[in-house]
Amino acid sequence: MAPPLLLYAGRRPLQAVPLVLVIFLINFTLIQAAPGDPIDFLLGSSDATEEYIAQLREEFGLDQPFLTQLLAHLGKVAQLDLGYSLRFREDVLTLILSRRPATLLLMGSALVVASLLGVLLGAVAARRPYSLTDNAATLLALAGYSMPVFWLGQIMLLVFSLHLAMFPTQGMMSLRAPREGIGMVLDVAHHLVLPVATYSVYHLALVFRLTRVKMQETLALDFITTARAKGLPESRVVYGHALRNAMLPVVTVIGLNFGFMLAGSVLTETVFAWPGTGRLLYDAIGPRDYPLLMGLFTVLSVMVILANVLTDIIYALIDPRVVYR
Amino acid sequence: MHSSIPVSSTAETAVPPAPSAWRIFRRNRAAVVAAAVVVLLGAFALLGPTLVPFDPSRTGVGPSMAPPGVPHLMGTDELGRDVLSRAAGGLRISLLVGLSAAGAATLIGLLVGGTAGFFGGLIDDALMRVTEIFQVIPRFFLAILLVAFFGAGLANIIFAIAILGWPEVARLVRSEVLTLRNRQFVDAARIAGASRTALIAGEILPNAMGPVVVNTSLLIGQAMLLEAGLSYLGLGDPSVVSLGVMLQEAQQIMRSAWWTSAFPGALIFLAVLALNLLGDGLNDVLDPRARER
Repeated sequence: MAPPLLLYAGRRPLQAVPLVLVIFLINFTLIQAAPGDPIDFLLGSSDATEEYIAQLREEFGLDQPFLTQLLAHLGKVAQLDLGYSLRFREDVLTLILSRRPATLLLMGSALVVASLLGVLLGAVAARRPYSLTDNAATLLALAGYSMPVFWLGQIMLLVFSLHLAMFPTQGMMSLRAPREGIGMVLDVAHHLVLPVATYSVYHLALVFRLTRVKMQETLALDFITTARAKGLPESRVVYGHALRNAMLPVVTVIGLNFGFMLAGSVLTETVFAWPGTGRLLYDAIGPRDYPLLMGLFTVLSVMVILANVLTDIIYALIDPRVVYR
Repeated sequence: MHSSIPVSSTAETAVPPAPSAWRIFRRNRAAVVAAAVVVLLGAFALLGPTLVPFDPSRTGVGPSMAPPGVPHLMGTDELGRDVLSRAAGGLRISLLVGLSAAGAATLIGLLVGGTAGFFGGLIDDALMRVTEIFQVIPRFFLAILLVAFFGAGLANIIFAIAILGWPEVARLVRSEVLTLRNRQFVDAARIAGASRTALIAGEILPNAMGPVVVNTSLLIGQAMLLEAGLSYLGLGDPSVVSLGVMLQEAQQIMRSAWWTSAFPGALIFLAVLALNLLGDGLNDVLDPRARER
């Protein structure tokens, strides 16, 4: 018999299948329910010949009954056909995939920065609750929480790019920078600083607040008293014993906030003209490129659902108390 | 030793009087300041548009992109419109969207969570499954799709933001109702012959409202941030000016006119921060567990 953890890791993704179907259903219902002819949505504001319109009508089976249309739609999605972007004149899925690396670089860097700093600051603050350090950090975290992320980006641009001229204002690479080797890495890193600083603030605040609360709870537990009674140095008690336990919920929160992280990436990428999927979404909104909008919604939703599944499995791996169902 | 313990002849002398709500609230100094800021901003949004010296939509009331000074305290934009006058109207729209969307989300959440918690069983399972689905799908993107497809009217924007907020309210209300449903005072009302509606409306909901009120205060702030985000992406109502719309316009010209971005953004920041701090203070008053501290 397979160990329960393996069974769970095999079964958990299956539970996500109905959710993915719901996403497809939402997309389909939107085209049907929106005011006006679905053809208008597929074409957007572009000029199209009568022949092309007739071809689209035929292709999408718009004269067919509702259920037939739905099945045809699902069939297309199953073949990874997400439609054709009218603005970029390119296959939607190809377009989205070509923008993934930039977004992953931005999100990954921000996630590392926010998690490390957030956990560290949270642990430090929890050692002396309601001290000056703790109160200042708590207020700063609340401020990070309450700020429109794109406004923070604008202010960063104003101060560090335009006033102090320390960083480039937009994009991921300079025009004349080398396209390979260490020169390219340095150039991209230089462009990365401001977007990452902007983007990580919200998550830093989130991770900080959670770590602080969990650390306070953990430091009051019996096994901490035992560790202290054994004569362990205080720093080992706090960072070796308590922090390891307090970090479990932090892992979950990072995973479950993936959707909000993606939302933040759209706004950040828009401010800094960062060439990722978020900026792509912004570019699709202006001309109302509906196939691209729906394609992005589908791909991003599937990613969020996968992130949730992964979070659950990772949590089961690192927390021995989880009961697999 | 015994004599030092007051022997109670009546119940009141033994129990110290519960501190009044205001006295508990007052202990949280940040929340008191935040409440004052909320009141001030509310007054500015309500009265400001009639008090400001310039017509917010008229172009050329000053030079193009004049820096802050007299008479344009927050400067002017590229069309020579007064930023302060526009910000007053913008704050009004942003607060209006925040209040309506948070109110709608709370209402949906009360309805769904209350029904699920009170009736339990199959109804509970079905409603909670729907709630879970809404929690997992990326709601910000759903809001973008809804507004892009159905048009960027104020009502659509409010509706799209409400869709983002209700699932958490529903779960909160459900868990409150579940713990209240079997409490003695509810049993007492039931035995006394109260109808189901009377039980929910008269006994359970009023006692579940504390955390809901706190959550609504936080939701208003979140809704304001979301409205700003949607407007920034070009999904604001084109017929009104919100603070988010001002920030979107500022993106093009802030290189030469920082004030077009700094002031409207600072207003949103201040309002949301104050609402979050106010929520903290309300939590002290309304959560009986926090009250004992």
